[in-house]
Amino acid sequence: MKLHTIHLNVNDEEQKVTVRSGDTLLYTIREQLGLTGAKPGCLNGDCGACTIQVDGWPMKSCLMMAVEAEGKQITTIEGLNNTPIQEAFVHHFAFQCGYCTPGFIMNGHSLIQKKPDADDSTIKEWLESNICRCTSYIEIEKAIKFALGKNKPSS
Amino acid sequence: MEDKGRESVMLPFGFDYYRPKSLEEAVTRFQQADQSLKEPMYFSGATEFLTLGRINQVYTEAAIDLKGLSEGKIIQFDQGYLVLGANLTLTEIEEANVFPLLTSTSKEIADHTARGKITLGGNICGQIFYREAVLPLLLADSQMVMVGPEGIKVKPIHEIFHERLLLQRGEYLIQVATESRYLDAPFISIKRRQQWETGYPLITIAALIMENKLRVAISGLCTFPFRSKEMEGALNNLEVSPQERIHNALASIPGPILHDVEGSSDYRLFVLENLLVDVCEALKFGERE
Repeated sequence: MKLHTIHLNVNDEEQKVTVRSGDTLLYTIREQLGLTGAKPGCLNGDCGACTIQVDGWPMKSCLMMAVEAEGKQITTIEGLNNTPIQEAFVHHFAFQCGYCTPGFIMNGHSLIQKKPDADDSTIKEWLESNICRCTSYIEIEKAIKFALGKNKPSS
Repeated sequence: MEDKGRESVMLPFGFDYYRPKSLEEAVTRFQQADQSLKEPMYFSGATEFLTLGRINQVYTEAAIDLKGLSEGKIIQFDQGYLVLGANLTLTEIEEANVFPLLTSTSKEIADHTARGKITLGGNICGQIFYREAVLPLLLADSQMVMVGPEGIKVKPIHEIFHERLLLQRGEYLIQVATESRYLDAPFISIKRRQQWETGYPLITIAALIMENKLRVAISGLCTFPFRSKEMEGALNNLEVSPQERIHNALASIPGPILHDVEGSSDYRLFVLENLLVDVCEALKFGERE
């Protein structure tokens, strides 16, 4: 058993954890830090349910080991509070069962921050990283566009 | 139940994890682990390490993470060459967009979020045989910069890439260098999938025109990506009709055609034939004056 004691910056808090080399970041934030917003789905980088933010970019936390995340700024769905994208998801009822929602929101939140002027093709490209088995795609797209509009400085 | 859950979100084997800070340290770590029979491996993005490791298709007792090497993160123009670090993520390459053909090809690999973790070197050196990021480098006669027990080596891609990058034991790819004149050459990159807009290809084709000659490189047709001089010879023979050129090119495929769940070999051939037509049309190649 290869153990590492590392410091992770999660939601602006410094956390000390002891992890195995092969522990995914998803496992660590859920089971060690109790942040269960990021969801285990495919565990293979396909579905996006475990998406979090690392240094401002979306990241599938099943595709990252905890040891790789040392020194990075990690944000999980628990780190968001009344952001435009959260309000937009509620406003447009952009979910059914809700399992994929944290992943979509984290991806959408990153999109708004990194590409505030995203056009339709950029929105589509980013959203293709996540899967919604309830097929709420239309509502999700509306929510993202609503949040993008809301995010733009008023002229 | 708890144990089962744990197994599903971590790799099923233990290993030492190293993140070297210098080119030499990486090689030394590899050699030391090799002497201890730990089956060392290098990685950078680690996406394939995690996805294949999870299902026991990759194993190591010593993982050497190259992403801390600053030489692997550069984007730099130097003496007529564009030098790209092998540890750049595909997203970083897309955002910089200094090599539009590479941007266009890599934008179709996996999905946007995953491309924030997948690296250029990892895609080229990976076990999963599509290795689409190598296609533009094959077309642009790029130079591959490798580090190993014998120091730094620079080799033309056509010497060192045959189906896969032929690294010596303990070697790793750190940079690729491409002559600037290739960066502005007319190009097209097309990825055809069985369905949807993310995922593995039926066929990915990249093409570029240099000195009035068409160059093509293909992934997903055989069990390896390739650029074939014979196929290009057929496509560039303007003495014959466009249909005959493509027919002759199809007769020069350098290996058995894949026949799998993504598509039958006959279907792949059909797709390739149409792709070659699309490439010639898009690049206006071979049109009579």
